[in-house]
Amino acid sequence: MIKNNKTPNRVAFEDLMNPVNRRNFIRYTGIGMATTAVLLTGCGDDDEGGMNNMNATLTNNDTGILNFAYALEQLEAAFYTKVIATPYANMSTMETNLLKDIRDHEIAHRDFFKAALGSDAIGDLQVDFSAVNFNDRNSVLTTARTFEDLGVSAYNGAGNLISNADYLVIAGKIVSVEARHAAWIRDMLSNGTFSDSANAQGLDPAMMPSAVLQAADPFITTTITSQLP
Amino acid sequence: MNILNIFREIAKVDPEIYDRVDNRRSVFKHMSGFGSKVALAAVPLALSSVFKKAYGQNTSGVVGVLQFALTLEHLEAEFYKAALNSSGLIPTGAPMGAITKIRDHEIAHVTLLQQTITQLNATPNPMPNFDLTGGNGSGNGPYADAFSNYAKFLTVAQALEDTGVRAYKGQAANLISNDTVLQAALQIHSVEARHAAHIRLMRAGMSSTPDNGNLKPWITLTQAHGAPQSVYEGEGVTTQAGVDIMTNTDPDITAATASEAFDEPLTMAQVQAIVDPFIA
Repeated sequence: MIKNNKTPNRVAFEDLMNPVNRRNFIRYTGIGMATTAVLLTGCGDDDEGGMNNMNATLTNNDTGILNFAYALEQLEAAFYTKVIATPYANMSTMETNLLKDIRDHEIAHRDFFKAALGSDAIGDLQVDFSAVNFNDRNSVLTTARTFEDLGVSAYNGAGNLISNADYLVIAGKIVSVEARHAAWIRDMLSNGTFSDSANAQGLDPAMMPSAVLQAADPFITTTITSQLP
Repeated sequence: MNILNIFREIAKVDPEIYDRVDNRRSVFKHMSGFGSKVALAAVPLALSSVFKKAYGQNTSGVVGVLQFALTLEHLEAEFYKAALNSSGLIPTGAPMGAITKIRDHEIAHVTLLQQTITQLNATPNPMPNFDLTGGNGSGNGPYADAFSNYAKFLTVAQALEDTGVRAYKGQAANLISNDTVLQAALQIHSVEARHAAHIRLMRAGMSSTPDNGNLKPWITLTQAHGAPQSVYEGEGVTTQAGVDIMTNTDPDITAATASEAFDEPLTMAQVQAIVDPFIA
């Protein structure tokens, strides 16, 4: 059954009426000549032998959605790997244990998507955490909250773009774990704020992939070419 | 009466109306078969037949899921209302703030589900008579002290929240035909998970909680920590879509961690069995 009856062309067209979105559209969908040149130059130095880690394409179908999730999980896994490798000052035993758990959950998600996608998987993303002070608890946890809340919004928004019910259930299995992470991180920053992400109707946010990619963009060096709405 | 206008109106609430009807051209053939013989008065009847065939089972499926969710949300809302009305049960400060916040979300979910069911031209089921002691109406079930014993209250709260997360997850695939409802259900689902995480954190900090040192915001294997075991049945899964999460992850992880990384769904029947003692 084809269930994705969104009208991406119309939405994309309306988005282009907005100058800011027009720039992002070019950024996400346009592989200009200059980018291609960088890409080809980059390949020569790539130990992995692949060209994908300079560029990743997200197609407008279930494979694209899974790769979108794979990209987010790569970002989170890389972040928590660094958090544990370079712990902030006075990280408590409880915080260390639970942050290690989160790191391992994100690595499990990342490697699951890689295995499930097989040859359709995008390459390894290059990340940029230069804006994060890994010695500082507040900087680390604030970034963690951003990633976890973003992850929840991303899965909530992508749910109805997924055609395959099995993939939808997998996304559901992951999103509630991300929400548990988000709640705990929020409580570590300020106890009692676990669900302050929700609106007056008691609903967590849901974001379209294009908006999620825009929010994640400062942390991702790889050029992501997305055809997703 | 202009049938196209009717479709346009319906499309505002159900963008898939054209697909539904288009897949059922035979219905239109049937209608056109009446042709000029159909009196104007008969049109509503013929239309109703189109809609019954176009929506039929599908809408009743979505509404059925929403009614099921409504009962769960009613139970959660009534449970927290009763707790907050039990003077001295919940410590003032952070615990009172958290439980109040959760109660308000559950009440908002009840309202939202009722509105959604009404929009789908169905009538929200009335709230059942609950027995919050879990005694099937005896008023003297295993949680009879949940409104005088704070630790017991939190145990039941954890069970209800984790059940809620698993219940919505189990119904997601049944909502795949309705984008709007599916998204709202997912948006509720993640809020329930946040509630569960916080309740679990509250219990982890209490020495009266069974094995509290191993109680985390996420679910480890089938560890129940004093909640009914049925709430955690099947949570110990370590294989997802044929992928062994323990060995696929680099480096390898334990079964405990692999199970934590993925929450598992419950079927409607499993949830109903968990909830049944709370129905009078």
